[in-house]
Amino acid sequence: MCLGIPGQVVEITDAEQHLAKVAVNGVQRVISVRLLAGSGLVEGDWVLVHVGFAMAKIDETEAQLTLDQVRKMGEDYANEIDAFNSSQIA
Amino acid sequence: MKFVDEFRDPAAARALVKSITQLAGEDEFKFMEVCGGHTHTIYRHGLEHILPPGIELVHGPGCPVCVIPMGRVDDAMWLAEQPDVIFTTFGDMMRVPGSRGSLLDAKARGADVRFVYSPLDALKIAGDNPGKHVVFFAVGFETTAPSTAVTLVRAKQLGVQNFSVFCNHVTIVPPIRAILESPDLRLHGFLGPGHVSTVVGTRPYRFVPETYGKPLVVAGFEPLDILATVHMLLQQIRDGRCEVENQYGRVVREEGNVQALKLLGETMELRPHFEWRGLGFISQSALKINGAYADFDAEERFSMPGVRVADPKACQCGEVLKGVIKPWECKVFGTACTPETPIGTCMVSPEGACAAYYNFGRMHREAADMIGQTAGV
Repeated sequence: MCLGIPGQVVEITDAEQHLAKVAVNGVQRVISVRLLAGSGLVEGDWVLVHVGFAMAKIDETEAQLTLDQVRKMGEDYANEIDAFNSSQIA
Repeated sequence: MKFVDEFRDPAAARALVKSITQLAGEDEFKFMEVCGGHTHTIYRHGLEHILPPGIELVHGPGCPVCVIPMGRVDDAMWLAEQPDVIFTTFGDMMRVPGSRGSLLDAKARGADVRFVYSPLDALKIAGDNPGKHVVFFAVGFETTAPSTAVTLVRAKQLGVQNFSVFCNHVTIVPPIRAILESPDLRLHGFLGPGHVSTVVGTRPYRFVPETYGKPLVVAGFEPLDILATVHMLLQQIRDGRCEVENQYGRVVREEGNVQALKLLGETMELRPHFEWRGLGFISQSALKINGAYADFDAEERFSMPGVRVADPKACQCGEVLKGVIKPWECKVFGTACTPETPIGTCMVSPEGACAAYYNFGRMHREAADMIGQTAGV
């Protein structure tokens, strides 16, 4: 029950009641965006959906940064070890 | 699915595991994933078996279904069986055993028990059934509590008379502290809970490195997130650092969700103490509905029995929740206790460590042998 799923905002259906329609994996449902009030949510934004509420905006730039970091973590150490293994100081 | 598939890239996972293996060297490390969602990912994707043998992931108390004590389930069943009550809850709670069976059994005996996806669904049921009283059985950490808070505010705005909440929301920091104070566990660091942190932010965990000298990295829920988090923990240890880091930056902000925290403050307050299954009473570890919303508090509206019930003797959920034993080391795992007929809570929710082990069959050969041996006990 603690799982969150990414959904994309399709339409702000009721700004006063903080309701928005989001698409999750091709299925559209109305959820509450009350917890993101004041965050300037607009159509096209991605949000993390949990028990019918948008919990947080998903930051696309941060997502890409994390992926880049993950790939770098894999590479850096391997490069360092290769360099170490190939060194012949004495 | 966007933000999911790219965090499951097998090539990146392999490179990461190689790097983790090199970082770990021949040393042994024990890291606890606090959150049940992480446990689920770890078993679903078999991460335990691709990590080097020196790295052990220990499952923590962060499954809200698993930590609900039997007495509270009995209270829930008592509420469900009151005349003219429609009792609503998340699907996960339906099969959690109390001392007289589960809510599913109460339903079979004639109680009107319904599962809902959202607390707002429960409020809608109240609107559709003016002649009945609708109770929502609220469970969950700070991830889920704000959704209950919004529902309470909405109920008050609408002037709904026939709706109340049986509040069992719990908070994440006290059990982490209890685990750190526990003498029987040696940990090298924590994979911090991702979704709780979208609400509380990363600051509440500072005591973990500052007071207890253990690193904590808030982690996302996809396989690459978990592996990257293990890498970050090892890197901290190798660099001689000890701090709170955030691997899940795409949704977790340092300050958390300020709106959600504000709504929690408006509708709920800390209980002096609360019983956790297997962990006993922990002070200031749960939320109750505050005076301003007392009309919507099921504990105020009904005189529940509130009897404390000891866990079944055979059940070792407490030790599993503290990470002292692995699920398959429990005497009843997979024999008397299965997801179909659970004895303990850890076997119920898909985020429970026992259910995750059982459903994904992630067992070493030795573990399978051990279960065979203990089956006759």
